[in-house]
Amino acid sequence: MTKPLIECREVAFKHATSDFALQVPHFQLMPGNLVFVQGESGSGKSTFLNLLAGVLAPQSGHIEFMGKSLKDLSASACDQLRVDHMGFLFQQFNLLPYLTVLDNVLLPCQFSKDRKRKAVVRHGSILGAAQALLASLGLRDLQHQRADSLSVGQQQRVTAARALIGEPEVIVADEPTSALDQKNQAQLLSLLLDQARHQNSAVVLVSHDLMLAQHFDLRFHMSDWQGQGVTP
Amino acid sequence: MIATLFKLAAKSALNRRGSVLLLLLSVVTSTVLLLGIDMARQSVRSSFSNAVSGVDLIVGAQNSPVALLMYSVFRMGEAAQNMPIEAFHALQENPQVAHAIPISLGDTYQGFSVVGTSESYFKYFQYGEKQSLSLLEGRVFQDYKPGMPPMVLFDAVLGAEVAARLGHKLGDAIALSHGTALGSAGASHADKPFRVVGVLAPTGTPVDRSVHISLQGIEAIHIDWQAGVPMAGMRIPAEFVSKFDLQPKSVTAVLVSLKSRAGVFRVQRALQNDSDFALTALLPGVALSTLWQTVGMVEQVLLLVAGLVALVSALGLISVMLVALGQRRREMAVLRSIGAGPKALLLLLCLESTLVMALGVTAGFGLSAMFAELMTPLFQSRFGLALVPVWQLKTGLMAVGAFAFLGGALGVVPGILAYRQQLRDGLTPRV
Repeated sequence: MTKPLIECREVAFKHATSDFALQVPHFQLMPGNLVFVQGESGSGKSTFLNLLAGVLAPQSGHIEFMGKSLKDLSASACDQLRVDHMGFLFQQFNLLPYLTVLDNVLLPCQFSKDRKRKAVVRHGSILGAAQALLASLGLRDLQHQRADSLSVGQQQRVTAARALIGEPEVIVADEPTSALDQKNQAQLLSLLLDQARHQNSAVVLVSHDLMLAQHFDLRFHMSDWQGQGVTP
Repeated sequence: MIATLFKLAAKSALNRRGSVLLLLLSVVTSTVLLLGIDMARQSVRSSFSNAVSGVDLIVGAQNSPVALLMYSVFRMGEAAQNMPIEAFHALQENPQVAHAIPISLGDTYQGFSVVGTSESYFKYFQYGEKQSLSLLEGRVFQDYKPGMPPMVLFDAVLGAEVAARLGHKLGDAIALSHGTALGSAGASHADKPFRVVGVLAPTGTPVDRSVHISLQGIEAIHIDWQAGVPMAGMRIPAEFVSKFDLQPKSVTAVLVSLKSRAGVFRVQRALQNDSDFALTALLPGVALSTLWQTVGMVEQVLLLVAGLVALVSALGLISVMLVALGQRRREMAVLRSIGAGPKALLLLLCLESTLVMALGVTAGFGLSAMFAELMTPLFQSRFGLALVPVWQLKTGLMAVGAFAFLGGALGVVPGILAYRQQLRDGLTPRV
């Protein structure tokens, strides 16, 4: 039986400075799952992702990531676990402007031996892996340009390539398409999900936009997880 | 991972090259300032202590020891009065004295000091590490004795710099001026010109900037003078001066070497207390250290100012990095999301400040060394100052080391702030 990548049980989190609270009775992510979490802005989507990534710790409850309880891990062990098994996409400003497209995509392999190894196993070298990903995302000709010379749509695709490199088990995406126009949204999403399926990475995408939900296997709503005392 | 961080630090700095360049410039300036001030200080000290060597006592008419030292060795300032020649003779006959070199000052040639002395000067005078004077060309003059041809009186031996600066060759005629005030059109001794018979090799001491003539020559050019001005209606041509008594009546100072250094204090006391003349006898080392005590304050203030400048530039480094940190919040968040932990970010920022410090200090050191190398000939000829090489500046190097360390250590501050900011922000920066 395959084990879940991420499992949350009876998780409760409350912000120290506001009366915002989050309660997740049960959440499970299996390998290859494509999960959509819908929520308006301010509904705690980012907090949820930070909990999954181990950046924030819940006041009570249990979160397991890759079979390890996050509570038992030191901060740096948690950092390392995250680099090795998670790729990230945010709304915008994901790239280091002073690096080339290629260098940006290669970054995770320089911080994670695991992802470097996986990239090399499949493509022969990390450079080969990056170039293959850029090609499949239609960015082959831009690889030597500085990241800040690209359009926002292109930048998001570069970020997708960076999240995908080294085949992390989980890809976490926080409103990755909301800075894009309709055409670019659809293109980014289909490229990302195709590639994720291809390498069997699970995807957790949070967004306010219900239109995106149709592409996913599982759907959740932040409103189901909001604790008492919250005024949406 | 370190290699990656190194590359990221370099590329990020390159991306912000304007402000990083300014930072670098302020580090370079501080380094140059620290080294430069110490270089000036140590160069002056070493050139002062090299000016005279092997002299146990300097004797002159009663005066403050520092003043006597200044005019007898460094040709700075003027003697208020001379000591009678009998006192010099008494010194020569003193059984404890190995040799005594007379010095008579008061005239100048084109701004250079004229030193009246005797043959013994060229034989016994020492500078630096007990080095003796040597000739670049020609010969030294002879002490004039009655019966010699009058032209012997008017031989002059030039210091290396005098000859080089004024382009004099052997056989050139030179006219001395009365008085030592620079630039004043003092009444000239043009009626009795001297002839260059020798040029001394460079020494890096005031000797290079002196014109040496015999004591009798000094007497000869002043034979028709009285109370500092030419006597009215009296003109004695050079060829007739030998008809007069040309033995000197007084000298300005005497450089004394003893047979045994052990007796130096006894001789000093005897000269100052028991002599028939009002004399001051000083130990050059003691007078020099008194001098350093006087100028030491100024030196320390200069060093303090340099230290403060360095401190300000180190603080500037930090404040610029802190300001940049706010603008780089996104960059930090990106790095965090691709796997750089807070510790890696701390390391990244420390690496950056260390890099700027290291580059700046190295460049400053190189510039100072280059400056010293290029400017030594100029300083040597203009001020008689041999610049101390950069690597011999113990204080300066220590100060620069402390500066580099401080800059590197303070670089931790923005690093820690970034670390805490990241812990607070999580993966999504609040920009």
